Amino acid sequence: MPFDSLRSLRARPPLVPQLPQGPHYGILAEFATPADLYHACERVRDAGFKRWDAHTPFPVHGLEKAMGLRRSPLPWIVLVTGLTGAAIGFGLQWWVHVKAYPLVISGKPYFSWPAFVPITFEVGVLFAAIGAVLGMLGLNRLPMHHHPLFRSKVFERVTDDAFFISIESWDPQFDPSATRKLLESLGARSVELLEVE
Amino acid sequence: MTSERDVVALTPEQAAIPPGHTWNRLPVIGAAVALLGAVVCAILGVGNPKQFFFSWLVSFLFFLSLALGGLFFVLIQYAAQGGWGIVLRRIGETIFVTLPVMAALFVPLLLGLDDLFEWAHHGVTEHDALLRWKAPYLNVPFFLIRAVLYFGCWSAIALLYYRGSRGQDATGDPGVTARLRRLAGPAIIVLAITQTFASIDWIMSLTPHWYSTMFGVYFFAGSFVGFIALLSVVVVAMRGVGLLDTVISAEHLHDVGKLLFAFTAFWAYIAFSQFFLMWYANLPEETIWYKARLEGSWKAVSILLMAGHFGVPFFYLMGRAVKRRGSTLAVGGAWLLVMHFVDLYWQIMPTLHPEGVRPSILDVAAFVAVGGCFVAAASWFMRRQALVPLRDPRLAESLAFENV
Repeated sequence: MPFDSLRSLRARPPLVPQLPQGPHYGILAEFATPADLYHACERVRDAGFKRWDAHTPFPVHGLEKAMGLRRSPLPWIVLVTGLTGAAIGFGLQWWVHVKAYPLVISGKPYFSWPAFVPITFEVGVLFAAIGAVLGMLGLNRLPMHHHPLFRSKVFERVTDDAFFISIESWDPQFDPSATRKLLESLGARSVELLEVE
Repeated sequence: MTSERDVVALTPEQAAIPPGHTWNRLPVIGAAVALLGAVVCAILGVGNPKQFFFSWLVSFLFFLSLALGGLFFVLIQYAAQGGWGIVLRRIGETIFVTLPVMAALFVPLLLGLDDLFEWAHHGVTEHDALLRWKAPYLNVPFFLIRAVLYFGCWSAIALLYYRGSRGQDATGDPGVTARLRRLAGPAIIVLAITQTFASIDWIMSLTPHWYSTMFGVYFFAGSFVGFIALLSVVVVAMRGVGLLDTVISAEHLHDVGKLLFAFTAFWAYIAFSQFFLMWYANLPEETIWYKARLEGSWKAVSILLMAGHFGVPFFYLMGRAVKRRGSTLAVGGAWLLVMHFVDLYWQIMPTLHPEGVRPSILDVAAFVAVGGCFVAAASWFMRRQALVPLRDPRLAESLAFENV
């Protein structure tokens, strides 16, 4: 079936993957201070969890190291889109001035590359900036209009004064009671098991 | 909390050149090399004074621009109240405090004003209307007064900041930092104006009928790239011989690399803007300067500058790992130092050799003579106190610095 193969081509990890283990989205632990969160992240990282995240009201320096995050591929996206933009900008001018509509401008040759530099630069920057924004949104799976974490009442304080770790239930290491015990032992102020829908 | 390196204080031993270290001999080595260069200059220069003065001018401006770039580097950190670069500041200070020495190295050029500058030829204003019109500015007495003024301003600022920082090592008075911060803004303005006019006097007026309104900023861009390139090479060399290796981390190298990358792009932006407007307008009085540099073998140097002072280092320094590793950063710095020299050579030498590139043994001799003095002076100042401003109020911040 052609439509099925098309659909499988477009298939990507769903935003909320199917839950193999019961009705939970995952587990949410609340911490009182950035330091508590930082050290808890180090332990969660060392415990081998992969599908988890930390949530803070403000950037906590060095948290990406405590979480063991690898570096974002975004710079490569920006480089490729930027170079593509520069090539398009230069190519467009070459096509206009040399092929499509050659005009003698102030006695200079049709292919006067120095005149092409500002627009090449500008289109390169434009594409790089668009690549950065769209790449960031794509890598973050944004825009996302709803997330199971929003069902938690405590989680509302994530933009105010509380620090959270969420571990998703499809992480191979996840176990409702053992993971809860781990997070409690790390000094969590509250631990909550979240339903999916 | 977040730092893997919980260094918040330094012992003086960590920030000093240990007794018996090879770097203690640098002033002597520099002076010996300078003497050798000076002897060769004297022997060969007598037979070919014009070549000697042009070669000396290139080398003098190369090392002068490094010192001026160092002065700007320190001033801008005071003005912006920067914290990360405190551990690098003393290196900048020992480089810019060579400015009074550079004043002495300017003196030989005074013997060759007639060889260097067309406007200084006797009776030239009688036949040349444009030079007659410019004579109120381009005349020997006013030229000398301006040179005294430039070196006076630079030496005053350099000694003020060097002594203030050195004094703070002894007293620990945080008021020194506050006072030097207040003075940094005015000092940057003085530096910008004097550096602009110095570049007009010493480089642009070699072609006295020509002018560029952005020549000053072009010289500044080159000088700052040159200094940051020198800084990266010096820092990596120092770490390699066990100086400051526990103090200056990959985080500091990373930021030096970022500055080098950014100002390489800035130099290209200024250099291209200067060329672009003249090329587009195509007025003979403006294009004459570029015409000389786009003919014969000078054209190859122009292309080398485009690729070597911008294209290659721009992509080389773009990546993060290159800037954080000492060896790769130093390769980029050394390359850009060479390109900075080529840039000055390309600005100055076509006046003497319009027919094409004519390298001379005097180019090497003058470089060795001026460079030997520069290294001797900077390393002598480096030995006089700690390699890091030990009691700067922001030292702890700089030691613990990490890129986000």
